Amino acid sequence: MKIIVLMKQVGNKDAILRINRDETWIEEGDLSFEVNESDGYALEEALRLREKHGGEVVVCSMGPQRVKSVIKDALARGADRAIHIAGDDLAHVGPFASATILAEAIHGEQPDLVLTGLQSDDYGFAQTGVILAELLKFPHATIVIEVDASGERLRVKRELESGWYQWYSMPTPALLTIQSGISQIRYATLKGIMAAKKKEIREVTPSAEALSGAAQHQRVTKIYFPLKTKQTQFLGNGDAKAGAAQLAEKLRTEARVI
Amino acid sequence: MSNGILVFAEHRAGAFNKTSFEAIAAAQQLGTSLQQPVTAVVLFTDDSLAREVAAYNVAKVISAENPSLAEYTPDAYTDAMEQVVRATDPQYVIMPHTYLVRDYAPKLSARFGKGVISDCIRANASGDRVTFSRRIFLGKIDADVVSDGEPPVFATFQSGAYRAEQAEKGSGAQIESMPVEVGEVRMQPEPAFQEVKQAVDLTKTDVIVAIGRGIKSQENIALAQGLADALGGDLAASRPICDAGWLPIDRQIGSSGQTVAPKLYVALGISGAIQHLVGMKNAGTIVAVNKDPEAPIFDIADYGIVGDLFEVVPVLTEEIKRLKG
Ligand SMILES: Cc1cc2nc3c(=O)[nH]c(=O)nc-3n(C[C@H](O)[C@H](O)[C@H](O)COP(=O)(O)OP(=O)(O)OC[C@H]3O[C@@H](n4cnc5c(N)ncnc54)[C@H](O)[C@@H]3O)c2cc1C
Ligand SMILES: Nc1ncnc2c1ncn2[C@@H]1O[C@H](COP(=O)(O)O)[C@@H](O)[C@H]1O
Repeated sequence: MKIIVLMKQVGNKDAILRINRDETWIEEGDLSFEVNESDGYALEEALRLREKHGGEVVVCSMGPQRVKSVIKDALARGADRAIHIAGDDLAHVGPFASATILAEAIHGEQPDLVLTGLQSDDYGFAQTGVILAELLKFPHATIVIEVDASGERLRVKRELESGWYQWYSMPTPALLTIQSGISQIRYATLKGIMAAKKKEIREVTPSAEALSGAAQHQRVTKIYFPLKTKQTQFLGNGDAKAGAAQLAEKLRTEARVI
Repeated sequence: MSNGILVFAEHRAGAFNKTSFEAIAAAQQLGTSLQQPVTAVVLFTDDSLAREVAAYNVAKVISAENPSLAEYTPDAYTDAMEQVVRATDPQYVIMPHTYLVRDYAPKLSARFGKGVISDCIRANASGDRVTFSRRIFLGKIDADVVSDGEPPVFATFQSGAYRAEQAEKGSGAQIESMPVEVGEVRMQPEPAFQEVKQAVDLTKTDVIVAIGRGIKSQENIALAQGLADALGGDLAASRPICDAGWLPIDRQIGSSGQTVAPKLYVALGISGAIQHLVGMKNAGTIVAVNKDPEAPIFDIADYGIVGDLFEVVPVLTEEIKRLKG
């Protein structure tokens, strides 16, 4: 079974974000980057499927040179090889254009399975995978929390709303968007890190044709911090310990919960 | 020429998803500003469900019919909706941002060579141009977005962005049945089910101390447990804590966990992503401790402390013990 895993690099979730001068994106200069949360789980699922059924795990990431660190980490955790779709602006092209470029890069690989995360932690479109499935003409399932590839058809468990679940089956090749928590993520071992140095990272650039599909169906005109609608009482004024003491008092006298 | 707003109403197991009515409210408001008619679409319903939508102030209700639509699959829904969109030729297609819509709307929009402006919280029309606002960075920042492409523009609205009660009732819209064709359906669904009853029922607790990724490691959970004990409450968590296996899944609060409304909810190191907020925003008093002053959790908190939870929690625990003393 050949599995392609799409992994996006996003800004570190703990970072204090600042808005850039154009007010169209955040200031990236002082940011550290990490792998998109659900994509890490997608890789883990791919590795487990390979351990059970054999085959190959190919990681694919699109973006500037910095995304190589996500790729190297994935190779160290056990992916066999990688495709890097390189380009400085590729992180900002919109979901249809992303999917078009990704489709072009992985089409020739003829995968049995493509795994993506269920949504990116920065733009949060929640759709690149589904559009990609349509472009590749693959059936798909989203918000997947269990995969059973032992039978003739693929069987997947999907999370629905309000505590409901549902199993679906479908033929392969197929595309699944993976929900966080599907299994416990392994760490890279020292051996894995050494082995990763010899693994192939193929760098490709999108064709002019794929890029021309990047017409802006959703152009960001401005980003800003949300207006606060609730009057929150902020306590302590930067002094955490003083805030804690004031809070205890307020919980007793105002909120009357103690 | 493209005209009008098409709004998709989702139903499952004989009932509408409440966010469908929120989407109708959004579509109506856009329709009023743009002076364009709103058409609602339902897929494969019995008469009573179609009539429920027809009671809203919409120009008409289209009921797309095909036996393959009896159960949701992305293949069948996309085929059906593609035909409805092509037949009605709207400028905007408005949908609720539900799990079901997330599953098929991008496939639908791809058939029109574009993506979806997803998970919007507002839409403002000025002249004939609509600016959609959506949350990015897990709710930390808002982005205003416009479409420069050809219609239709596909947009989904976040649960709670509009109120279902805002949807205007009308005098009974006409219901038009539209037969649609559905090609090969590759996915086969099995019956939906719920997991066995949870061991911990947090809906009955008065006080909840919830931890998020800010707690950093499993060992630190004892600190939050100490606060919960002092308050006589229970421990809960955001999804990543349960994903990591630090707490069992039945302690998870949010759209894929439990929905609670305790008297007091203390959020420690939780950023406040929408999927978490939907599970706890109706709590009586909400306290948030977070070192990021822009964390969205503060938008719904009654009391906030901007600071390191490892400094706040020990003092808070001691103070509460003393006051209760
Ligand atoms: C379909 C779907 C369903 C989901 N269902 C759920 C769900 O049911 N429940 C849920 O919770 N999430 C759910 N999520 C995930 C959700 O989108 C967020 O990713 C998640 O809630 C974030 O958890 P967090 O706030 O703990 O982590 P983060 O977003 O990483 O936030 C950690 C916070 O801790 C703060 N912090 C760090 N260190 C400290 C410190 N020392 N002192 C004080 N503060 C500190 C940081 O400033 C940050 O705000 C779902 C997502 C999707 C897409
Ligand atoms: N630039 C990218 N490189 C690799 N994968 C991506 C990229 N953008 C999106 N994806 C994949 O698509 C998923 C959904 O992203 P989104 O549609 O932006 O929410 C992510 O979790 C990734 O798996």
